[in-house]
Amino acid sequence: MSNWKTFTKGLIKENPILVLLLGCCPTLATTTSAINGMSMGLATTFVLIMSNLVISLLKNFIPDKVRIPCFIVVIASFVTVVQLIMQAYVPDIYETLGLFIPLIVVNCIVLGRAEAFASKNPVWPSILDGAGMGLGFTFALTVLGSIREILGSGSIFNFRFLPEDAQTILIFVLAPGAFIALGYLIAIVNRLKKTK
Amino acid sequence: MAKKESTLKNMLIALMVITIVSGGVLGFIYGLTKPAIDKVEENKNIKAINEVLKTDVAIATTEAKVIEDLTYNLAYDADGNFIGAAVKTYSMNGFGGKVELMVGMLQNGIINKVSVLSQAETPGLGANMVNDKFKGQFDGKDPKAFSLKVKKDGGDVDAITAATISSRAVAEAIKKAADGFEANKDQFLKGGKQ
Repeated sequence: MSNWKTFTKGLIKENPILVLLLGCCPTLATTTSAINGMSMGLATTFVLIMSNLVISLLKNFIPDKVRIPCFIVVIASFVTVVQLIMQAYVPDIYETLGLFIPLIVVNCIVLGRAEAFASKNPVWPSILDGAGMGLGFTFALTVLGSIREILGSGSIFNFRFLPEDAQTILIFVLAPGAFIALGYLIAIVNRLKKTK
Repeated sequence: MAKKESTLKNMLIALMVITIVSGGVLGFIYGLTKPAIDKVEENKNIKAINEVLKTDVAIATTEAKVIEDLTYNLAYDADGNFIGAAVKTYSMNGFGGKVELMVGMLQNGIINKVSVLSQAETPGLGANMVNDKFKGQFDGKDPKAFSLKVKKDGGDVDAITAATISSRAVAEAIKKAADGFEANKDQFLKGGKQ
């Protein structure tokens, strides 16, 4: 597989959310607004790239039987790094994402890519794979966040286009709205893939 | 380099090296971000003080005073008159552990406003304590006339639906602040800068 393909497959063809349906918990929970979805996506992207890089470097050093604990330690370290940095420099976003930042550790995309790709491939493709998957994840979260914010709060990226007291479809910022919006989004993607 | 075999020695070495290096990296990053995080916390504190002591009188200076386990942020106006104290109080009995509040006590002993500094209650239930619907009920209440206990326990506090424990923790923390303020009020009034 060429490097370019390694990178782009995460964006659409094997998009972690829209096609593989991995890591749905943070997807549903953090996409109450476009900016939240995007921040969550970018934090995960950073962790994905860094953990793929390190695990690919270490793949011959780690004995098979303890590979999962080793991967988890590497991933958890990078997640804590992201958490500390966000807490220090973007406290507002850190507060809204709250618990879901540490939960990136158990996000199945991160461990999945480490296990399925980085532990079997050289460093450079692993970085590209992490970046592609991460950006695909960010893309899906931003789109989902935008839809929910537009319908539920009447704004996009905190920019209001409806008056403050306008009637919006409140359910979309609540938990059920996340399921509904994600369901439709996946349906549309599947439809587009079929016609191609 | 060939793949390491899964012998006990190799597994021990691999895990140990990885955890030690990770620990080192984390320690380094922690040291790097600590000053910035502290500053964020401090700003949050200042914001909360100004919020809970918001009256017609502008706050000119504040002074932090620690008595027993509560921090009293004493606020004075431009002439040096004592306005009130933003009491940083807590309860360990929340549903998710510690609940930290900032309670604005005016100099006449009335609760001005309450702000939640940190909590780990259940989202959608106890976490609703941050909403004005719940914490707004304390605004302008005199703790001598308003019993700081949830209604279930014979007090006057309207508990959050399905979150009595969280509500109890908030009431307890506010009571602690009110009692502490009452006990030390004379000292604050006297200690005011002239």
